[in-house]
Amino acid sequence: MKQKVNKKQLFLELLKKVNEFTPENRTLNFMEVCGTHTMTIGKSALRQLLPESINLISGPGCPVCVTHDEEIENYLELALQGEVIIATFGDLLRVPGMDGSLADARAKGADVRVVYSTLDALKLAKKNRSKEVVFLGVGFETTAPTVAMSILHARQEGIENFSVYSMHKLIPPALGALVTDKEVKIDGFILPGHVSTIIGVEPYRFLAGDYQKAGVITGFEPEDILQALLMLLKQIRENQFRVEVQYTRGVSLEGNKIAQKLLKEVFEPEDSLWRGLGLIPASGLKIRDEFDRYDARKKFNLGKPRATKPGEANKNCACGAILKGIKTPPQCALFNRVCTPLNPVGPCMVSSEGACAAYYRYAEA
Amino acid sequence: MCLAVPFKITKKIDNMAVAELKGFSREVSVALTPEVEVGDWVLVHAGFAIHRVTEDDARETLKLLEELHEAESK
Repeated sequence: MKQKVNKKQLFLELLKKVNEFTPENRTLNFMEVCGTHTMTIGKSALRQLLPESINLISGPGCPVCVTHDEEIENYLELALQGEVIIATFGDLLRVPGMDGSLADARAKGADVRVVYSTLDALKLAKKNRSKEVVFLGVGFETTAPTVAMSILHARQEGIENFSVYSMHKLIPPALGALVTDKEVKIDGFILPGHVSTIIGVEPYRFLAGDYQKAGVITGFEPEDILQALLMLLKQIRENQFRVEVQYTRGVSLEGNKIAQKLLKEVFEPEDSLWRGLGLIPASGLKIRDEFDRYDARKKFNLGKPRATKPGEANKNCACGAILKGIKTPPQCALFNRVCTPLNPVGPCMVSSEGACAAYYRYAEA
Repeated sequence: MCLAVPFKITKKIDNMAVAELKGFSREVSVALTPEVEVGDWVLVHAGFAIHRVTEDDARETLKLLEELHEAESK
């Protein structure tokens, strides 16, 4: 870490290389599936700097954005019913429901605590034995093991007033849904770094093996993304598709086996509704029956989201098409007109990691 | 949301550790990376160390430059 390499120089050199490696005769669509990548790409203005024939598409990589709106209504209602402490990561605090956000609920008297870790939520439960503490489990494979761990701890320590509302989602099934969607045209994936820290390389192999898609697990610096693009371009040039790891400092081939085991022990996959994308088989995580008493869905009888709901989504919101790369945010009729980060209509504008929010923040600047 | 930040482990007792970054220290769980020792760098996500960092960034970056030059000479 001591050796200084001029980052700007490296960035420019990589950019030059990407230009050289980009084929002239075709357009290439590369999708990233990680909110942090979305933000890096926005911040570094990569879209404007890359050759025109390379399209960077922001896929469903923001867990807050793809959380179903009925689940949001469920936890908001729970927060307002009293006797319950809602423990949540900060990301969810300002996500709007039909009648305000968690922050608004707090202003109305709900007990909402932002925690840094699931273990902090457990501490809250220990300190407030007369109240139920419900942790809002949102996130992909990176976060879910830490939630699984809290459930195991609760059982070990006999903390009965703790439960988790699991809204977790899994990345590989979402990628599977995207590559089998005939409307979606993706040549390669900029695969998420820290999801892969947990799951490793294996769960992505079907992308290359069954669907001839290039894939590179990628780090979070602009230079990482440029290097990943070079690797993707090379796979395409050679017509040899595989999952490569660019982010070797954060990912091992087999992933974190302890975390994988924990996930299996506490959760089981279930069909899940993604906001903007719809139902994806086996793409969610349900708490196993064995851990019933820590499952907020059962404890508080929270219904599972339904596929259709009258007046559910704004018909003009193009988020579903944006998450699939069929449209870009500025092609949505609502973008920057009625839909802004302060007043989001659709899920892609909800969190700063969402495709529309990143476009709004960086492309308009 | 899947952000993870490198921290250095300065103390370890069973599955809990103290991790430090630029003078800022916090308690983290090492239950997902029990192999880490004091002095190791780890990636921390939501209060849990999820990966022991084995290569340093500088070597990585230099490797990248070398590869670029190799690609150029092909």
